[in-house]
Amino acid sequence: MFAWDFMQNAFIASTFIAITCGLVGVYVIAQRMSFLSHTLSEIGFAGAAFGLFTGIAPLDGMLLFTIGSSIFVGRLGTDESQRESSISAVSSLFIGLGILFLSLSNKSASYATNILFGSIIGISLQDVYQLVVLSALILISILLVYRYLNFYSYDPIGAQSQRLKTGFLSIYFLLILAVTVSIAAQIVGSLLVFILLTLPASVAQYLGNSIQKMIGISIGCALVGVWTGLYLGYLTNWPVTFFIALIEFLFYAGAYLYHRHSMH
Amino acid sequence: MTTKPLLKITDLSIAFRDRKLIQHLNLTVQPGEFLAIIGENGVGKTTLIRTVTGQRKPEGGTIQFDVPAKKMRFGYVPQFRNISEEYPLSMRDFVELNLLHLRPWLTKKEHQRVTNVLTEVGIENIDNTSMGQASGGEKQKAYLAQAIVNEPRLLILDESTASLDVEAKNELMGLVKKLNQQDGLTVLFITHDLPLAKKYADQFLLIRRNGQYEEKPIDQLDTTQDIQ
Repeated sequence: MFAWDFMQNAFIASTFIAITCGLVGVYVIAQRMSFLSHTLSEIGFAGAAFGLFTGIAPLDGMLLFTIGSSIFVGRLGTDESQRESSISAVSSLFIGLGILFLSLSNKSASYATNILFGSIIGISLQDVYQLVVLSALILISILLVYRYLNFYSYDPIGAQSQRLKTGFLSIYFLLILAVTVSIAAQIVGSLLVFILLTLPASVAQYLGNSIQKMIGISIGCALVGVWTGLYLGYLTNWPVTFFIALIEFLFYAGAYLYHRHSMH
Repeated sequence: MTTKPLLKITDLSIAFRDRKLIQHLNLTVQPGEFLAIIGENGVGKTTLIRTVTGQRKPEGGTIQFDVPAKKMRFGYVPQFRNISEEYPLSMRDFVELNLLHLRPWLTKKEHQRVTNVLTEVGIENIDNTSMGQASGGEKQKAYLAQAIVNEPRLLILDESTASLDVEAKNELMGLVKKLNQQDGLTVLFITHDLPLAKKYADQFLLIRRNGQYEEKPIDQLDTTQDIQ
């Protein structure tokens, strides 16, 4: 299978993306931002469609839209009383915009399918470089504030009372999340970003009781998911995204049942 | 010879939104003092503490420590924490959160310090239990351990005993008193529980609804007055 360049590219890119999503996902779950990451991915869809329309790369379009809107969307997410309605409104608007840009760009329907559901097999070497650099940037950004981000994510009230700059950390993490959503969408598509961003981390939350263990479990689940997904996709010619979704779902269901069983 | 006060508050006025709370407060807290801050709900006790710790600015007056404010090490146990049943972190990991530096990992010495603090508050045997599964008293001990892991000079407890039964209250306050007496830790203890304040504190600051206040030795506290 590795005789094919496109499979090598796919494996390298997915490995980096899985590590990034596994790590970032732990903080998404801790900060209860699953819903927000989904909205960012819908904004990313509009960005990718905008990229097709204007002739820039879809990933660049996604980065432009997600980074540009992340702080605004983060603000919506903090006001709990209005969170659901305001986030739904923003999602609707951006999905609508995405459809408009796709229609105006006169591209075939397969472009839309790729953006929405992922297209890791068709990834070029140049895309791989870009994804690896972005993943490395995210990993370094988290490492730089690792202990501060841990405190802020797992005990925001305690962090605030210790005079941590929680406002800065919130914006910093939203930017990290925006980039992560954009690169995760390259494998599983913008509609299914939470497969890699929230399911492995949810499994980790059920099974781990320290941040390091949770990060390990989350990255492990994400890696097994994408590697097995690519392999099964190669064997069967079925969509890779389907297999990744199935594997992560099975991990989640198993962890959930184990957790419930051990609680009683 | 007089020692320099650890905290000196001069002519402090604070307000919450448009409502004036404390007016012209003058207060000194000596190193090793155990001060109970009491008053009805809404008189500004927590706002006062948030002002002292630099989380908000005062409307007037000054707050001085015996070191520059940024160098002052606080241990703060806030009033509310959102630790649900599903909360995954172990007690040890929860305490470790407050060890903050750019280096991602902890040194052996820091691990040992966490173990010492867990032992000091009596939860070293359940350090691997998740916070979500701990009892109210155990959680409070973990909060206390997290607050003191940085070896603070000033420990602030904001209604930390409010949700506990009598036995757990006394156990927690006994620990705080031990830290106060053995290690010379200065304590500010916000509470509604007058008998508990009388039992453990040295001084009290009573803040009244009209912004007036009185500060006296604890033996002058009338525990029969209604401050609910």
